[in-house]
Amino acid sequence: MEIAKLTNITRVYTVGEVETHALRGVDLNIGKKEFTTLVGPSGSGKTTLLQLLGCLDQPTAGKVLINGQDATLMNRNQRADLRKGTIGFIFQFYALVPTLTAYENVELPMLLMGKKNHKSRVMELLDAVGISDRADHRPDQMSGGQQQRVAVARALASDPLLILADEPTANLDTENGEQVMDIMRKLNEETGTTFVFATHDPRVIKYAKRIVTLEDGKIIKDEAK
Amino acid sequence: MNYILKMSFRNLARNKRRSFFSALAIAIGTALLLFMSATIRGEMRGSLELTINLRTGHLQIHTEDYKDENLSLKRVDMIEAPLEISSQIENITQVKAASPRLNASGIVAFKNETIGIQIIGIDPPSSANAIYREGLVDGEYLAADDREGVLIGLPLAESLNMKPGDSIDLIINTSEGETDEQRFTVRGIYTTDTPGYDKSTIFMPLAKAQTITRTENFASMIYILLHEMDDTAAVKEAIQAPGYIIEDWEEMNKLIIIVEQLSNAMMFFFNLMVLGVTSTVIMNTLLMAVYERTREMGILGALGMKARQVKALFLTEATLLALGGVMLGLLIGVPLVLHYANVGFFIGDMGLSAKSDFMFGNIIYPYPTFGDGISVSIAAFLITILSGYYPASQAAKMEPVDALQSNN
Repeated sequence: MEIAKLTNITRVYTVGEVETHALRGVDLNIGKKEFTTLVGPSGSGKTTLLQLLGCLDQPTAGKVLINGQDATLMNRNQRADLRKGTIGFIFQFYALVPTLTAYENVELPMLLMGKKNHKSRVMELLDAVGISDRADHRPDQMSGGQQQRVAVARALASDPLLILADEPTANLDTENGEQVMDIMRKLNEETGTTFVFATHDPRVIKYAKRIVTLEDGKIIKDEAK
Repeated sequence: MNYILKMSFRNLARNKRRSFFSALAIAIGTALLLFMSATIRGEMRGSLELTINLRTGHLQIHTEDYKDENLSLKRVDMIEAPLEISSQIENITQVKAASPRLNASGIVAFKNETIGIQIIGIDPPSSANAIYREGLVDGEYLAADDREGVLIGLPLAESLNMKPGDSIDLIINTSEGETDEQRFTVRGIYTTDTPGYDKSTIFMPLAKAQTITRTENFASMIYILLHEMDDTAAVKEAIQAPGYIIEDWEEMNKLIIIVEQLSNAMMFFFNLMVLGVTSTVIMNTLLMAVYERTREMGILGALGMKARQVKALFLTEATLLALGGVMLGLLIGVPLVLHYANVGFFIGDMGLSAKSDFMFGNIIYPYPTFGDGISVSIAAFLITILSGYYPASQAAKMEPVDALQSNN
């Protein structure tokens, strides 16, 4: 069964009288345990597709099924609930809450889900991304690579079925970028968590098991490695 | 909910200076309102106390047609055998003092100057007149059988450059509608710290006042002071004075009571204005915070934080600001008000005469009450939280996808 199923998705942005077609009739299925990369030039629709998979946005037309539930029929709060238990996010700009420590950033999705007795799980996740010694540090006390590893741990905190990563290595040097990708690949293999990336970084693409190529809002190639 | 509190607290600590000045705005507003409410209350309370002590008393007995402002000396407008009536009233336990007073108008002439004044004949030993004995600043107090001595107020003595022992001429209206002129000696100079009253009121013993105004064995009124104001109704009920009317301080000071109510209404609008300015500062601070943390709102939304939780986050920040601001306001305002309640502050001569319905002292003593402190604190607290509602709603309205694309 698919984790995510997008059917005939169209997304049109309207600014004033100008309409921009970001996606034009896209169909995409994401199965369990996938490690998929969305590639394509800037403006091809990668980020828009990722936002629709993450239920952050609604399509102009088409259907988005996440774990069997139709996100296009949900209101904002219902989509927030769906995200909370199902989807984790990793952003290009690290996107940690600056006032919280690494530990608290990872803990936050668990608190939002109302989970209790989560201390050992938080430490386990920080350990898994090799950053447990920075648990008490705030984002401004960590390097970019360390922050992105905390972001990976946070994405895993709600035990999601699907993790979406938008350019996760764009702000990292080669060494840190490869370390982060190694961690994600390892987690994918050990926990079976599905990962979908939007990137044009070859370092990410080389880790992918499936590569979906977009151009002008359409999928032009979908190949398994 | 604890994580909302923790995040709110740390968000405020992010920009300590801005948070401090926002809390300071609330604090200054709160302290100002505390001071203003205590001052208005002190001013009205002081005015009522002065008017009771100097002019009306807690209770007053006079004839039906007597009008204080007319200073009528017609016998039909006066009380006969006033000392007998007042001594009977003094037997009532709750009565502190009951004493006859004779009010007349006249002119004082000293050297080449003349000034219109009110002459009050008093029973000097009565404790009803203790305020003048205690307020003596120079010379001697009056004796009951003094036939030549008068007490004059300090501002009048200063304006005419008089001192104890000086001779003055008094021209006084009589009950026959004529005037009589006699020479008196300034026996003493008093002050009640009420310039409007002191500069236009001269005291002499009742017996002498009766003689000069041809109203022997008559007085304008019986002036009654009570130990406790709350006993007014009970004492009024107990007094037997057939043929005369008894008025209490509320009936005689209707204008002060109306003005006090008006002051309370004005204070309400003043509160609204001050709190309105404060709330604008808070709203601006929180709107800045929403603007600066737009992307963060997107992240929190992506993590599954709901709109109402985002709203709660900002409202908690407003609540913490309100709490800190009000507490700081109380820390500033309470000692300030207590200090001035003790020492008062000088306002000078308000220019009101002795016949005025209002008496103002030259010093206002703010009168803080626990109730005012609580109501000002609650109002400042609630207004601050309410002013956080709009920014909180703006933050809650943000779509995560739009917020994530923000540069802030």
